[in-house]
Amino acid sequence: MSGVRVLVGTRKGAFVLTSDGKRTGWNVSGPHFAGWEIYHLKGSPADPDRLYASQSSGWFGQVMQRSCDGGKTWETPGGVLDKTPEGFPKGESNKFVYDVSPETGKPLTTHQWYDGTQHPWEFKRVWHLEPSHTDPDAVYAGVEDAALFRTSDGGKTWMELAGLRGHGTGPKWQPGAGGMCLHSILLDPRNPKRIFVAISAAGAFRSDDAGKTWKPINRGLRSQYIPDPTAEIGHCVHRIALHPSRPNVLFMQKHWDVMRSDDAGDTWREISGNLPTDFGFVIDVHAHEPETIYVLPIKSDSEHYVPDGKLRVYRSRSGGNEWEPLTKGLPQRDCYVNVLRDAMAVDSLDPCGVYFGTTGGQVYASADAGDSWAPIVRDLPAVLSVEVQALP
Amino acid sequence: MIRLVLPPHLRMLARVHGEVELDIRGPVTRAAVLDALEASYPMLRGTIRDHVTERRRPFLRFFACQRDLTHEPADAPLPDAVATGVEPFLVIGAIAGG
Repeated sequence: MSGVRVLVGTRKGAFVLTSDGKRTGWNVSGPHFAGWEIYHLKGSPADPDRLYASQSSGWFGQVMQRSCDGGKTWETPGGVLDKTPEGFPKGESNKFVYDVSPETGKPLTTHQWYDGTQHPWEFKRVWHLEPSHTDPDAVYAGVEDAALFRTSDGGKTWMELAGLRGHGTGPKWQPGAGGMCLHSILLDPRNPKRIFVAISAAGAFRSDDAGKTWKPINRGLRSQYIPDPTAEIGHCVHRIALHPSRPNVLFMQKHWDVMRSDDAGDTWREISGNLPTDFGFVIDVHAHEPETIYVLPIKSDSEHYVPDGKLRVYRSRSGGNEWEPLTKGLPQRDCYVNVLRDAMAVDSLDPCGVYFGTTGGQVYASADAGDSWAPIVRDLPAVLSVEVQALP
Repeated sequence: MIRLVLPPHLRMLARVHGEVELDIRGPVTRAAVLDALEASYPMLRGTIRDHVTERRRPFLRFFACQRDLTHEPADAPLPDAVATGVEPFLVIGAIAGG
């Protein structure tokens, strides 16, 4: 490996941070798309120079961006003048339209609104992009209001995988404080037909037929903030993660509780153990040790900052329950930042690199699996997402 | 030639500097101006009006000739000064935030 590329989405643009394999000196490129919210950007495993970015704004809506040169230049797929045979421009960029019922032409389903009434789905933004393992032109997009879309033409057109919203539990989904978003997409590297997604506040779901049909996988979750704490639907899952070598083992940071499943989500058990608080957003798995996982505890759902003014990553080398604080190089006083759900990533170098970004605009890196940390940058806009690519 | 002023975020997205000039055949209406804009700059589709409903995005306004034309019908003729290129048609992002 010659180096790493860290892709950072922030409230006011995207940044690309690059380093060699030592991961000590860094080059910072950006802001790209200055002034726009970049919820997520991610590279294709099939072509590391192919990047996708979700650019959005409360004023101007959703824009998709694509780079074919590792983030040096960007384009809006379908955003160039492209004439039909009749000579008319046919640009069709950035369009996310929910499926309707084929029988009636009416909305496929409604969801629960804050006042308990049913509410139609309304597209707001793309939260998460998950490129295919094998095809650089294929990408899944998790959106708000919660749904899963897919492109197979490099982002020009997006089609909904409507079996997720239409499988029957949609009317029970409801938005959390951050909206009703599909924020986690895991593609099983061994089984191309298996997809996991997670939605706030509905729960986790699995498809075993490439996204045609779905089922909730929330047995074992317990959430005191819903009328039936063990209901099939309604859990505010913040993030799910897996190790590519063991895709049946899932880890979850729920609103409260850190959870584990050893049967592809069919059942879950709590592994919060000795964490100082089990509220948080991020969770990730060591690139080479499937039983080593990372979380970053946040004080509570009413105090979205780290406990005791100390920024601590917690690592478990036993697959959960037993956690150790990782503090070397991280501020241990007067620190009150949050780390959002898409803002932690690991690289595949040896030793494994771990990265996370804060709402205070810092991006921290560890080149030794979390034993020690150093900031790459300190003063970016609030960080929404962090991804990393190991470059050949 | 119609003169159009975009907000900075959309100028960046469309990679234009200063005003955009649009050639419109037929009645000069807001719908015709936006149709012509999106035909020339497809990356702007969906950023000013919704892809499906074609409704204006809530935080955008349309000004021209010191008038707020936001709530005029989309197919109403724009002022002669806009139609003749004397005055620009302005797309404005509403001021918000802190």
